[in-house]
Amino acid sequence: MGAIDIEHVHKRFPGFTRPAVEDCSLVVESGELTVLLGPSGSGKTTLLKLVNRLYEPDAGRILVDGTDVRTIPGALLRRRIGYVIQQVGLFPHLRVEQNIATVPQLLGWPRLRIDARIDELLDLVGLPRSYRRRYPRHLSGGEQQRVGLARALAADPKIMLMDEPFGALDAITRARLQDEFRMIQQKLHKTILFVTHDVDEALRLADRVAVMRTGRIVQHDRPLAMITRPHDDFVRQLLTSDDVLRQLSLVPVAAVVGRLAGAPAREGPTMGEGPAVRASDSLRAALSLLLQSGAPALTVIGNGGSPVGRLTFDDIRRAVLASRAEAQR
Amino acid sequence: MRYLIDNPATVLRLLGQQLWLTLTALALASLFALPLGVLAVRSPRIRGPLLGILSIIYTIPSLALFVLLIPFMGLGFAPALTALVAYAQIILVRNITVGLLGVDPAVLESARGTGMTAWQCFWRIEVRLALPVILAGLRVAILTTISIGTLAAFINAGGLGTLLFTGVAQSHPDKILAGAIGVTALALAANAITRALEGRAIRVVRGNGSGG
Repeated sequence: MGAIDIEHVHKRFPGFTRPAVEDCSLVVESGELTVLLGPSGSGKTTLLKLVNRLYEPDAGRILVDGTDVRTIPGALLRRRIGYVIQQVGLFPHLRVEQNIATVPQLLGWPRLRIDARIDELLDLVGLPRSYRRRYPRHLSGGEQQRVGLARALAADPKIMLMDEPFGALDAITRARLQDEFRMIQQKLHKTILFVTHDVDEALRLADRVAVMRTGRIVQHDRPLAMITRPHDDFVRQLLTSDDVLRQLSLVPVAAVVGRLAGAPAREGPTMGEGPAVRASDSLRAALSLLLQSGAPALTVIGNGGSPVGRLTFDDIRRAVLASRAEAQR
Repeated sequence: MRYLIDNPATVLRLLGQQLWLTLTALALASLFALPLGVLAVRSPRIRGPLLGILSIIYTIPSLALFVLLIPFMGLGFAPALTALVAYAQIILVRNITVGLLGVDPAVLESARGTGMTAWQCFWRIEVRLALPVILAGLRVAILTTISIGTLAAFINAGGLGTLLFTGVAQSHPDKILAGAIGVTALALAANAITRALEGRAIRVVRGNGSGG
């Protein structure tokens, strides 16, 4: 049983012939980030809003931590689930600190605890504490969404629902917030259901991806598995699975160097030559560095900062061929 | 000006009458308008017909409505109050409706999403954000009530209009002047007070309200 269990859920809106969500089942494991990916109108947002009862399903059921959400009053349920939307929706007449304090106040936390929590959250989302007294309209779009994230995290919910949270930001701000958000998630391990139509964002952030099309979940898999083994042409096209560079961007250098674990001794003499690449970098970054520098090999730097291996153009080629072979099986 | 200087007590008494009529009419009108406005926002099907009926009432000439009410309510305060409450409805209900509909849907969604109850959403978010438009309606309603309420003297409801009507009947320009000055002062004062409230509400909504 996962932290969120969606079981055969249907939802049709009045006046529409086609259901928005049709027989969707999905398990979101505790501490994982699952992305709902699909074109607009595929039912991702509807499915998301069914979880915190902003919409009610026509059939099927949804369990949160093993409890059927319909047994919990909507407002109480939503206080336990963080919610972030694309348009942010900060309360314009309330200061940043009051916005962040919304859920703790609804839960009746004592004032000192709320106060301390606000500072903690501002630190977490990378905003100066002096922003407490500001009003939302004095913040940039990126800063507003940081406050939106802080507001959603305020009462430390185990579960977060995020509906294209970075969709309205410019490309540079979006990339920065995605990176910071990934680090926050590595620290907090929330169970997150994350809606996006941006494939890059999905592959960047997801532990698992659920691809949706016309109200149905087409495939639910780990990002790399989905790219190398797309269920059908729709998924293949959506993820541009034929794009080898995209595949490489999902594989860390460590995955290839790991196979050479026994090698360092043999290749000892050449260690330390060539430009350095971190083991956590993607193969795509490594390839780019190889081409750019013209060096025959890269030195792979481990977490400790010391060299752990070498990476050649041939290693990358073998990795690509291996994943191809795996996909054909 | 003689009349005003010689009879300050009379003028003040009439001013008090008119103030009382205005305030009770507005209080009562708001009591009806608030639920009607919310109803108009919540059910779009009712909105059109409701606002239509209220605007038709508004188009009835005021003296005609006063006189029309005499067979049912007689003369005096009661028919005047009834007419004023009816006239204020369209102004108040329309502004409440427009104000509430103008609240950013994203703000409402995130209010619900954080776990506010329907009442908390309404009171803490919707009403606060719609307040400038609602208060603008209240200001126009007050000014309308003062001006139409002046005519209520015609059906013995008292107020400063009494000076105007008797002044005309007695060809007593000083009396007319006293009444006119009184009504104008009342209207200007009401306008200034409500404008100040409106300005404050706008600053709060924009997010640079009390205390910077």
